[in-house]
Amino acid sequence: MTAAKYLKIGFGIVVIAALIIVPMNFNRYGLFILSQWAVMTIAAMGLNLTLGYAGQVSLAQGAFVGIGAYTAAIMTSNGLPLIGALGVAIVLCFAIGWILGYPALRVQHHYLAFVTLAFSTLAFLVFRNEDWLTKGIYGISNIPRPELFGYPTRRPLPFYYVCLGSLGIVSLAVWWLIRSPWGRAFIALRENPVRALSLGIDTRRYTLMAFAIGSALGGVAGTLYAPLTQYVDPVPFHLSLSLDLLMMVIVGGSGFFFGPFLGAMIAVLLPEWLRFTQGYYLMLYAIAVILLLIYSPTGILGILDRFISERRTKAASAQRAVAKAKLEVTP
Amino acid sequence: MSVVLEVSNIRKSFGGINAVNGVSFDVQEGEILGLIGPNGCGKSTLFNCILGQLTPSAGEVKVDGKVVTGMRPSDLNGLGVSRTFQLLQVFPKLSVRENLILAGQEHQGNMLSRLIGPSDAGLTEAANQMIGFFKLDHLANEPAGGLSYGQQKLLDAAMAFMGGPRLVLLDEPAGGVNLTMLADLKDRLAAINREKRATFVVIEHNMEFVMSLCTRVMVMAEGKVLAVGRPDEIRANPAVIEAYLGH
Repeated sequence: MTAAKYLKIGFGIVVIAALIIVPMNFNRYGLFILSQWAVMTIAAMGLNLTLGYAGQVSLAQGAFVGIGAYTAAIMTSNGLPLIGALGVAIVLCFAIGWILGYPALRVQHHYLAFVTLAFSTLAFLVFRNEDWLTKGIYGISNIPRPELFGYPTRRPLPFYYVCLGSLGIVSLAVWWLIRSPWGRAFIALRENPVRALSLGIDTRRYTLMAFAIGSALGGVAGTLYAPLTQYVDPVPFHLSLSLDLLMMVIVGGSGFFFGPFLGAMIAVLLPEWLRFTQGYYLMLYAIAVILLLIYSPTGILGILDRFISERRTKAASAQRAVAKAKLEVTP
Repeated sequence: MSVVLEVSNIRKSFGGINAVNGVSFDVQEGEILGLIGPNGCGKSTLFNCILGQLTPSAGEVKVDGKVVTGMRPSDLNGLGVSRTFQLLQVFPKLSVRENLILAGQEHQGNMLSRLIGPSDAGLTEAANQMIGFFKLDHLANEPAGGLSYGQQKLLDAAMAFMGGPRLVLLDEPAGGVNLTMLADLKDRLAAINREKRATFVVIEHNMEFVMSLCTRVMVMAEGKVLAVGRPDEIRANPAVIEAYLGH
């Protein structure tokens, strides 16, 4: 048990070190892709909280990334600091996410998906049509990258570290949240809301919280997205982003802490690796995802989970057999 | 002795069917009231009306003198009313200990302290005690879904006691539990009743279990109360024999 624990910690340290050191040799484009992975992981972690842990379907996560991105774009291009934009985006997305959670108190599953889909479309229309605020289809360009403790992060590598550091902080916060009684209540909400309610768990409050916190993380991702691309227009925040994020969560392993990391890696990096196939990469990608979901509906981490629990069951039955044999020997 | 639960004239109809048709009864503090009757006589519907899973069409429910009719189950649980369901309702992916911590956590602190406080809400010790009390020690870290049916049933009952309830409504706790485990379960319920002064209402079809555990038994038939009395009185009641117990 302790050996496995050391192995896990060692593996974690190696991965983190690699994420810090290896990209030092990357070119501009490589760093952009990796930064995008970090940003999308944050957004997917938010959706994983709402969908994976609390079991509430949402097709609006992309809209919250958009709200965060526009908040950052508008505020920083008017000379305000990014950290201030981050605060505004979190509060704004938390509040809107909370309100969007209300339909979830009445409808579930595909009905809820439709409600959130409608919100997603509404947000897109606001981004596109409210020229006075968002500059419409022309978008907002020349979004500045922030200075951190006096260091400019204009260049790709420093800004990648901003994204990676943010991912680290968000990961710790989410880790804390899902280990807390709140995380347990979210799982109870997903698994059996009727029993949860009878155990005193205020399912209404936790449902709204799951939506609000998940949406706020979408806002955090958006706040990083704007200075990363340095240009924001409505197109990236169309429904397809919400669907992409949904896919990241499901492919990685919905309800697993590391699911979004893997899912975002596949969604952001795999198309890049398959680029050599030229026009076919989207098709190959689609086939890979379909096969994965047929083989393991619980995603990549679901395969690992199944493997571990099978081994545990085998070990336990072996132990029982030994205990039984001993009983038979002793009269 | 005070009245813990007061049910007056509860009615619940689904379409044209009167599932519960004017049921009234009281439960005294520390009492174990058995609730028996043929399948479909309205026992579980009555439970659901008392506990807020269903809103009764008419009637009133009081807990410790306070009207709680139609109150949400989570708020009712906050007042010290707990329950089990007829079908198993444990959380299969959480371990036995986690299930118990979950069952008690909302009785600890407030929303904020449950977010920033310790991950076990300070309940590991209490959960371990409950695990010991229900003899589930060797299974504490197993996912609840991996337990046998009888063990899950024990866990299900144990969960109802984690919040230190005043009143517990148990819906068929003995259903599907083997004889050895059944004796354990009865023994544990009696012990909690004695030591914690917890009040129980128990729906059960196992007559031996009901008659030996309960201080008073209420018989329902076709949505109404047929008879109430001590176990020996109920056994001898001709109407009950006719409707339910058989000769």
